[in-house]
Amino acid sequence: MNTQGKVFKYPDNVDTDVIIPARYLNTPDARELALHCMEDIDAAFVKQVRPGDVMVAGWNFGCGSSREHAPLVIKTCGTGCVIAKSFARIFYRNAINIGLPILECEAAAEEISPNDEVKVDFDTGVITNLTTGKTYQAQPFPAFIQNIIQSGGLLASLK
Amino acid sequence: MGMTMTQKILAAHAGLEKVEDGQLIRAKLDIVLGNDITTPVAVNEFKKAGFDRVFDKDKVAIVLDHFVPNKDIKAAEQSKTCREFACAHCVSHFYDVGKMGIEHALLPEQGVVTAGDCIIGADSHTCTYGALGAFSTGVGSTDMAAGMATGTAWFKVPPAIRFDLTGELPSNCSGKDVILTIIGMIGVDGALYKSMEFTGDGAHGLSMDDRLCICNMAIEAGAKNGIFPVDDVTMAYLNGRSERPPVVFEADADAEYEKVIEIDLSTIVPTVACPHLPENTHPASALHHIKVDQVVIGSCTNGRLEDMEAAYNILKGNKIADGIRCIIIPGTMQILRECVERGWYTAFIDAGAVVSTPTCGPCLGGYMGILAAGERCIATTNRNFVGRMGHVDSEVYLASPHTAAASALTGYITEYQE
Repeated sequence: MNTQGKVFKYPDNVDTDVIIPARYLNTPDARELALHCMEDIDAAFVKQVRPGDVMVAGWNFGCGSSREHAPLVIKTCGTGCVIAKSFARIFYRNAINIGLPILECEAAAEEISPNDEVKVDFDTGVITNLTTGKTYQAQPFPAFIQNIIQSGGLLASLK
Repeated sequence: MGMTMTQKILAAHAGLEKVEDGQLIRAKLDIVLGNDITTPVAVNEFKKAGFDRVFDKDKVAIVLDHFVPNKDIKAAEQSKTCREFACAHCVSHFYDVGKMGIEHALLPEQGVVTAGDCIIGADSHTCTYGALGAFSTGVGSTDMAAGMATGTAWFKVPPAIRFDLTGELPSNCSGKDVILTIIGMIGVDGALYKSMEFTGDGAHGLSMDDRLCICNMAIEAGAKNGIFPVDDVTMAYLNGRSERPPVVFEADADAEYEKVIEIDLSTIVPTVACPHLPENTHPASALHHIKVDQVVIGSCTNGRLEDMEAAYNILKGNKIADGIRCIIIPGTMQILRECVERGWYTAFIDAGAVVSTPTCGPCLGGYMGILAAGERCIATTNRNFVGRMGHVDSEVYLASPHTAAASALTGYITEYQE
């Protein structure tokens, strides 16, 4: 599995309230919610994002509320992958459970710039910055988690 | 090498004699919780995956608390989804309007959660129940769906930071000042993926409401859970309340901790977290120049009886400053009733405050006190992120009920002084 696209870059501690503000959580409909993805931190995001694009962020991405709506809207917008220095633990679980590819890689998150073109290979964890030519190796998932991802999410893995 | 208190609870629920930091386990669950925002997503996933029954109707809890009494038609549809699911599966712990409270105030009060439990909840503040000596952690809706179907969840066994508490809190401080001080010290990811275990004479001296408040905000330091040892205070709270017999786990004497942090409670001062992160803490005494427009006293962090009492003691016989909206939200119907019976409700109204039925409401920017651009609120809630209580250009300052009530009287951030 791969993704390739343009980078949207965000700082440390991006919380789930700015990913999808609670004022919109009166519906579970992912497509409706996705219209407001990142609205309170980057109002232009939903207009600019194209399928396969990559979010790159700092430490503790997805902190705060447990709302699964957060990884769901990022995925529904077409984002191919989120790369961060670290993820908040509930967001990390939720992303795996719903099948949003995420990778932890400090060097990539530090060095990749906004609007760079980036290619990600999930099987190997190799991140290639096509703009600069530099490559990075992300932390691989433990086998247990790889199994959930390969099954197509948590509930599929239980079947 | 021994196990931490959290590791012992996880081992027992995984049917293992021993677990280690980093080990992946599947553990049995005593309670699986959801609310009116997270349950509809879980219900969709549950049905989509083809499950037709919950693992145990007595071990699923669904609490309508975020947007009820329903704030709009869409919220009403979400509540309806929860109600129909609870009815179809005979969920015994289903709490609708009239019975409901803010989930993390309600479940301990009703004895639904107890010492030794292993609990997941599709709400990040599920870590609150660590105050009772339980392992309890927040998850998403898909985990909730899987938990309802199988009665189990996977966990990575966490390492722990131990907080050795000594001394006694000053009378104008509470558990909120303790946890804000700790988050200010270690940061919003200072305990990422880890347990926060609170021990020491100072811990035993804290009331249950203070412990619930401290564990509630463990997630604000990134923690997987917060936990207190079971002692006389715990047993006094659980007696006559707990539906199931409490089970007492203790950390081994040779348990390994990543770090031990000592905190002398007598040195704690009234503390405020400034926008836009809970780690951005300052003594309230350094913030007297900050003018506020609104005060909120409530939430799963500080909507309990002691919080209402602190507000009452400060507001009674006084008037809320001109131009300040003060909103008081008791956490459960029982707490609301106590406020009425003790005359606190009347005192709040006489002071110029409004009192709401239990709801998460303004804490997450739902309703019942949304902020306009440029407005500031001092709140006893748990998050002050950008746009958390309303407009993206509004601000939330997090504080204790003492500090919030004292600020309501002056219109500026003010610590309570007897």
